[in-house]
Amino acid sequence: MTTATLFTPALIGPAIGDAFTKLDPRQLVKNPVLFTTAVVALLLTVLLFIGGTSLSLSFQVQLIVWLWLTVLFGTFAEALAEGRGRAQAASLRATKSELTARLPNGKTVPASQLKKGDIVLVETGDLIPADGEVIEGVASVNESAITGESAPVIREAGGDRSAVTAGTRVISDRIRVRVTQEPGQGFLDRMIALVEGAERQKTPNEIALTILLVGLTIIFLIAVSTIPGFAAYAGGQVPVAILAALLITLIPTTIAALLSAIGIAGMDRLVRFNVLAKSGRAVEAAGDIDVLLLDKTGTITIGDRAASEFRPLGGVTTDELARAALLASLADETPEGRSIVTLAQGRYAVEIRSLPKTAEVIPFTAQTRISGVRIGTTLIQKGAVDAVLRANPGLGETATGGDLRRIAEEIARQGQTPLAVAEDGRLFGVIALKDVVKAGVRERFGELRRMGIRTVMITGDNPLTAAAIAAEAGVDDFLAEATPEDKLALIRKEQQGGRLVAMCGDGTNDAPALAQSDVGVAMNTGTQAAREAGNMVDLDSDPTKLIEIVGLGKQLLMTRGALTTFSVANDIAKYFAIIPAMFVALYPSLGVLNVMQLSSPQSAILSAIIFNALIIPALVPLALKGVKYRPIGAGPLLARNLAIYGLGGVLAPFAGIKLIDLVVAGLGLA
Amino acid sequence: MTVQGWMLILVFLILLVALAKPMGSWLFAIYEGRRTPLHVVLGPVERGFYKLAGVDPNAEQGWRRYALHMLAFQLATFAFTYCVLRFQDVLPLNPRGLAGQSPDLAFNTAVSFTTNTNWQSYSGESLSILSQMLGLAIHNFLSAATGIAIAFALFRGFARRQAAGIGNFWADMTRVTLYVLLPACIVYAIFLIASGVPQTFLTSVDATTLEGARQTILMGPVASQEAIKMLGTNGGGFFNANSAHPFENPGALTNFVQMLSILVIGTGLTHTFGRAVGNTRQGWAILAAMLVMFVAGTTVTYWQEAAGNPALHHLGLAGGSMEGKEVRFGIAASALFSVVTTAASCGAVNAMHDSLTPLGGMIPLFNMQLGEVVIGGVGAGIYGFLLFAILAVFVAGLMVGRTPEYVGKKIESREVKLAVLAIAVLPLMILGGTALASVLPAGLAGPLNKGPHGFTEILYAFTSATANNGSAFGGLSANTPFYNGMLGAAMWVGRFFIIVPALAIAGSLAAKKVHPESAGSFPTTGLLWVGLLVGIVLILGGLTFLPSLALGPIADHLAMIHGQLF
Repeated sequence: MTTATLFTPALIGPAIGDAFTKLDPRQLVKNPVLFTTAVVALLLTVLLFIGGTSLSLSFQVQLIVWLWLTVLFGTFAEALAEGRGRAQAASLRATKSELTARLPNGKTVPASQLKKGDIVLVETGDLIPADGEVIEGVASVNESAITGESAPVIREAGGDRSAVTAGTRVISDRIRVRVTQEPGQGFLDRMIALVEGAERQKTPNEIALTILLVGLTIIFLIAVSTIPGFAAYAGGQVPVAILAALLITLIPTTIAALLSAIGIAGMDRLVRFNVLAKSGRAVEAAGDIDVLLLDKTGTITIGDRAASEFRPLGGVTTDELARAALLASLADETPEGRSIVTLAQGRYAVEIRSLPKTAEVIPFTAQTRISGVRIGTTLIQKGAVDAVLRANPGLGETATGGDLRRIAEEIARQGQTPLAVAEDGRLFGVIALKDVVKAGVRERFGELRRMGIRTVMITGDNPLTAAAIAAEAGVDDFLAEATPEDKLALIRKEQQGGRLVAMCGDGTNDAPALAQSDVGVAMNTGTQAAREAGNMVDLDSDPTKLIEIVGLGKQLLMTRGALTTFSVANDIAKYFAIIPAMFVALYPSLGVLNVMQLSSPQSAILSAIIFNALIIPALVPLALKGVKYRPIGAGPLLARNLAIYGLGGVLAPFAGIKLIDLVVAGLGLA
Repeated sequence: MTVQGWMLILVFLILLVALAKPMGSWLFAIYEGRRTPLHVVLGPVERGFYKLAGVDPNAEQGWRRYALHMLAFQLATFAFTYCVLRFQDVLPLNPRGLAGQSPDLAFNTAVSFTTNTNWQSYSGESLSILSQMLGLAIHNFLSAATGIAIAFALFRGFARRQAAGIGNFWADMTRVTLYVLLPACIVYAIFLIASGVPQTFLTSVDATTLEGARQTILMGPVASQEAIKMLGTNGGGFFNANSAHPFENPGALTNFVQMLSILVIGTGLTHTFGRAVGNTRQGWAILAAMLVMFVAGTTVTYWQEAAGNPALHHLGLAGGSMEGKEVRFGIAASALFSVVTTAASCGAVNAMHDSLTPLGGMIPLFNMQLGEVVIGGVGAGIYGFLLFAILAVFVAGLMVGRTPEYVGKKIESREVKLAVLAIAVLPLMILGGTALASVLPAGLAGPLNKGPHGFTEILYAFTSATANNGSAFGGLSANTPFYNGMLGAAMWVGRFFIIVPALAIAGSLAAKKVHPESAGSFPTTGLLWVGLLVGIVLILGGLTFLPSLALGPIADHLAMIHGQLF
């Protein structure tokens, strides 16, 4: 997906237009604080024509203009955020509109007419018309329209790779697809709606924050509307325009104007990161995660294990073992098999390069869990320790069988996987397969720990191996020999303790756990069932991303909190600008409260309202980019943000209003 | 300001903090319903009450039920007291043959005592013994117990996990009254009697003065009422002069103990909260935030009172302001008392607040405008403060990258809505009431003084009523149908429109899971949190009142500097 920069003319132009259309009261009312501002601006505009105030016309006009600008800056911020997403949506929509579907009876219909359960045929060069499941055939599919990744992926009937997405192109072969989504609810549709932000639902935290903002607005409305009564007691009056200025500067216009932009931008960041969240709630939940369940393979270790050592049993030389292991592995095309070949030929200098023509390869099966080779009458077997012992009855009870077990256990304790090698019913020794922990994961888990997040490694390995890898990688805990049921039980247990759990998965058997977890990230290569069960889909199918997703969730929440705090803290300076200006006519001595030494009452009021308006566009970049998240623990993070946005929020407007006052007075505007 | 004065304040603070843990632990035992040594004697009494009332103390109540029973109880006792006051002329124990109160005065007084306000539109001397003891003294216990019960219910909201109930109102009321207020007051009253406070059914004695004139000195069961007046942060004096009267507050020692007794339950409850949520540091953090504001307020008032009035200095009257203060207490003890009594919702006074210097008097005013969360009234202080804590967590909590939570409970729309609703009550009734009184002739007839000082008198009355303080600034003729009615409404709204949302929050929180604390949780202990709490209380609670303070005490002060007095 293309990365748009923050402010391109192509985005700003339409956003300005949209800022005006968003003034439609039906739309504006969804943002109560901006709506209040607009109502006040309208009231003053009407009063301007009625007249009957002591204030100068120029002052009133300027005030009204800035009030309207405050509203427009707010709608502009929202429009700009939406605009960034809309550019992406437009290209997606273009893909969608040209989709057609070929039915089994040979007819071609527009994709929009497809219903759930329909069967369609897709051939080389065709775009897949709807989300669905391959029910027949194998094909390579280019999914770059969705993921941005141009390398084709294999999609085939049955198993964990059966899901296909609308808008992706089949580049070889032919498949039969059963449609799994009703029209308008497919992946592409959801993605368009999300990046556009048009159908955006407020998230629970946004709703709560909006309530707080409305509450503050009501409180300040009470505070301001009682002032005329107080002034009357003091034998004077305060013009409506000045009361309006005080009200608008006090109510939290800054955060109200930026709130939806923050939400849209947060979602947008996730989409740019090639993760599709099905709801904003999921993104918020990501910030709250306490426990991360990470699959060992691919996340903590690089997917493939590599042979690290040959351990012969008594009476067998290392060379003999290496030779046998090499012969058993030459035909094994798995990365593990190849690593055994490399080790034997390299470190152990076995000179064999290929199998003799007469060799008969015994392939690995799930039942025997043994592979090997028969050369003439010699049978070499290679496999899991217990599988090799089972295949050679009686060996287990011998002394060498005991030795084998002991060595295997020792290897397992080091976090390696033992493979036994036997030749003609005689145990030769053990190949140690080492899990290679990814570079840098230890540091990442350390970071997570400082963020207060516990990592749990999920693996099918036995507990000994799992413990050793867990220690090497620095995870907090592990679940060994994990079945999908174990995973589900673990999630439930953590949630019972009040913790929020995130995990990722791809297989159909992961679906219950994905659905149960608070943040379930399904791999895009996974099954349709998994993609349905999760509340996020990672288009790159990279399980490591779970960590970044948590960071993005936190960033979204932090940005919201930082700007709320800033907005609330601003009120102190605004009071000190407007209160003396408002009351100095009643009690001239109250001029001492004019701590900023603003040049005149009118200039003070104007400066406060200008600051209040200009701070919105000034903070738009921050709202869109987000406050940077640092994994330094909640305490230091709060100290840092409180210093910047809390203390900064108290001090910045003092400086800002003073500067604006200098300009306003200098230009003779008031 | 003198070293002696500061020593008094320092010793006071040390003792106050030292008492927080024992008091809080005792309250925690009662909160938990644990057996205490007192149960040996009072256990049967407690069970007897339940049997008599047909109450099962172990029956958990959801917040609606708890609130409903609480409100029904308040209405019933309000109606009872209204009748006692209205018809005291025909009821027994009226040896002086006093007349019944007028309907508006009886309404005002009954609301006042039901809501723990103890605003006294009447003068204490105009009440019969029956009215004092059955009509008012009873409320001194019940309204204090109500405040503590509500605090307990809110604590349970934070402490419980996925629970439907927040306790049993009747059990909480009975236990608090029986095991905390009653025994403490008996001991306290005995101390007061020993210090010279009268406790008698004689209504007056006649004395012959040095000039030979005959003087009738009113007396009565003062000590018993004085004890609960302080401990229960009621503040309604037996005499109109309240704790400035030598029979209520004979000397320096009683004065010191009275100040401590006003705050001791309030500070103790912060510790109880910490115990209830399983982390005493949570309680200490709240107390620290309260004390920061308390010390700041005390400093301003003491400094202003000690600085005195420049207009009088020009006349050659050097020194601090002694106007309206008792010579036997002096400036420091009077300044501290006025901050203490308004920090809590007590309202007892040992000096006339109307005579404080403008800024010295602004602090008591501001303490109340914050909703009396600077330690605060028994129960009311902590539940009010927890509402601010909820908002503080909500505003700033997001900054650690998690949705807000406080002591393990997620703060969501419902809690925010209710907390804002409760906090909005303060400006609505204080500022709304003051604005109305500032323009209506009936309101304008009230204040004695002109200019900003007169405005402060109105503002103070509505503030005192809404915050359920009950202290009078004085100078305002409040015993009129207008003020009796308006202030009565302010007291009722200021009490129950905060209690009911607080209970609703308790219910909502109790039903939630507890989110275990981790390195990623928002820290609600430590200096940062204390600073944040103070900031939020001042910005969300205090700033709203800045215009009213500017036109009242601040303008008054600036005028005084320029030699203009009102």
